[in-house]
Amino acid sequence: MVDSNKKEEIGMSFMVKTVTRLTAVVILLFGIYIVLHGHISPGGGFAGGLIIALSFVQVMIAFGKDIALRKLSEAKAAVLESVGGLLFLTIAALGFLGGHFLINFFASKGRPFTLFSAGTIPFYNIAIAIKVAVGLFSIFIVLVILKRAKKEE
Amino acid sequence: MLVLFFIISLAAAFLIAMFGRKSKLFCHLTSILATLSLFLLSLYALYLVNKSGVIVYNIGGWIPPLGICLVLDGFSAFMLLVLNFISFIVAIYALAYMEKYTDKYRFYCLFMCMITGMNGVILAGDIFNLFVCLEIASVASYALVAFGTEAEELEAAFKYIVMGAIAASFILLGIGLLYAYTSTLNMADISLAIAHKGFNTVILLVSVLFIAGFGTKSALVPFHGWLPDAHSSAPAAVSAMLSGVLIKVLGIYSLVRIFFNIFGVNQIILMILAILGAISILVGAILAIGQWDLKRLLAYSSISQIGYVILSLSLATPLGILGGLFHLFNHSVFKSLLFLNSGAIEYATGCRNLKEMGGLKEKMPITANTSWIASLSISGIPPFSGFWSKLLIIIACVQANRIGLALIAVAGSIITLAYFMKVQKVIFYGKLNPAFDKIKEVPVSMRLAMIVLAVLCLLGGILFIPRILVYFLKPAVSVLLLGTNYAFTVLGGVL
Amino acid sequence: MSVYFLCLVLFSIGLYCVLRRRNIIKIIIGISIMEYAVNLFFILIGYRWHGRAPLLSQNQEVLRMVDPIPQELILISIVIGLSVLALLVAIAIKIFDKYNTFDITKIRKLKG
Repeated sequence: MVDSNKKEEIGMSFMVKTVTRLTAVVILLFGIYIVLHGHISPGGGFAGGLIIALSFVQVMIAFGKDIALRKLSEAKAAVLESVGGLLFLTIAALGFLGGHFLINFFASKGRPFTLFSAGTIPFYNIAIAIKVAVGLFSIFIVLVILKRAKKEE
Repeated sequence: MLVLFFIISLAAAFLIAMFGRKSKLFCHLTSILATLSLFLLSLYALYLVNKSGVIVYNIGGWIPPLGICLVLDGFSAFMLLVLNFISFIVAIYALAYMEKYTDKYRFYCLFMCMITGMNGVILAGDIFNLFVCLEIASVASYALVAFGTEAEELEAAFKYIVMGAIAASFILLGIGLLYAYTSTLNMADISLAIAHKGFNTVILLVSVLFIAGFGTKSALVPFHGWLPDAHSSAPAAVSAMLSGVLIKVLGIYSLVRIFFNIFGVNQIILMILAILGAISILVGAILAIGQWDLKRLLAYSSISQIGYVILSLSLATPLGILGGLFHLFNHSVFKSLLFLNSGAIEYATGCRNLKEMGGLKEKMPITANTSWIASLSISGIPPFSGFWSKLLIIIACVQANRIGLALIAVAGSIITLAYFMKVQKVIFYGKLNPAFDKIKEVPVSMRLAMIVLAVLCLLGGILFIPRILVYFLKPAVSVLLLGTNYAFTVLGGVL
Repeated sequence: MSVYFLCLVLFSIGLYCVLRRRNIIKIIIGISIMEYAVNLFFILIGYRWHGRAPLLSQNQEVLRMVDPIPQELILISIVIGLSVLALLVAIAIKIFDKYNTFDITKIRKLKG
């Protein structure tokens, strides 16, 4: 790239950006797949959430901080993280309907190896995934911002 | 019912993180309501324990050795009451005190996380959950110590995190060995397995790891390095929590629970604990005399008072345990009060150096009087609560034929009196520094918190009336005297 | 058996690194090494000779599973390690801001 356009200077080289454009969405989808299949295969909310966060981190590394923050700003990330936590807590507290905290009150007994028979477990997975993905991403943002603030001084 | 302790505190933390940025009122309301309801719940828990004995809650309906369970017995109920009472008072105090910091909602969010962790430690029925909750509380407290992000605070927080992380690794290693040895994580079940296999070198190794790990969390003397820095650097409300309940819940509660109820009373370990306690009393008190920074002095004094609690508990006689737990309660009241006083002085004058103060009594009468009460109480002057618990400890030492330990306890008490007299004289009497001519008494919420704690210091002796004692301390003492029979009461119907 | 001792050696290396190094970043690395040594120890506890991953699968019976509980425990311990690490790194960055050095012998405002 011999382009003197200022916008192109932010972030990494042309190759990296192109590859990122191709792979970021795939990684995101893979993360979602892992989350949704958490109850029948290895993985689940935590691992899937990590993969989702990594797709955002990849965008951030390739295109620079500002473009990634336009997709998911810092304040929004903080709110979303709490939403994830509250969602988990609410589902767990709904377990009182079945008599106990955290009980799987939805399905009496699921069939093994089928996707839609796990009662509340997928919802727990989704809540954890939101929390982990946003939490990891915001840790990354905070570290980047800390370093940036130091440079400007 | 027991899960409510988690639900309320955790939900409050998340709600504050979500909406607290927008409105300060919401922040205040949520934290006060949450801590108040936790306090009322813990009173109810105490009532329930007195009425119907041990309560076991199976999360998700799985029976104890398989699933996770929460256990509420006399000792847990007592600790819950102490924790939630102090946190409620500190939450009131923080309303005005934390105004000078930006990002107040972050403080409340971390504060509620810390309370969640400590409630979890107290209620946990299996040893790994105890570890996880301990880490939740620790991580929140690391962040709270670094809250001001000034140079000293960061340095103290770094030291605290490094020591805390090493302690956590030791504890986790101990849990791993214990799991390999007994192949279960439920505390009652571990206790049964150990009773079955007998006490041997593996348990001794685990005990050493646990003493190092939990000893660091409770700042016994060879492991006390982080405490003076962390307590003196944190905001006063946080140091009151750290010194008032955190080191007790994370350190003493876990230590006592594991060594009394899981491993069973063992003479070698009791001896080690007694020696550590005695060293803590003397070293903490002697180091405190030389300090000219108010909060640092209080922090060293905490080390010394924690030594009293451990010393008394390590006697393992009924009177010793009673005295230890009573002193634990009293210490959390008057040490929180002293830290709140130091916060009030810092709030009004903006300085912490004892050499620059003097004559504040006319300017801040309430702070001066409450601090006077707390000082007399901590040094063991008769009508106040500290006297009764120290008296019990000394009598228990004599009864157990440990005259040396009793002498150390008396000596520690005299040194305590000496340095608190110094504090009182230097801060509140003498000539007023002209720089502080315009200072005023602190806002209402801070005053209210200090007065409540001072009244409790004054009335501490009342707990000695047998009728109240039976409700308040006897269940806790009987749990510890029960020893490894804890397992049978918890697993109860399952076995 | 020797595996467990190697694991403890790794733990001791981490502890040595924390206690002896003067650079903050190296101390952080030492803490991570300690955590990983403990995690490795947990995995070794759960392992059995020629064991398989503890997964049920369709149409086949799985024999000789390794113990799944330690694996689940270290998942949690990794998360705790992550949060402590993030906090440590953030504080290290801030400390570098204030003191302009990573040497802990020069970071000494607190005494007593």
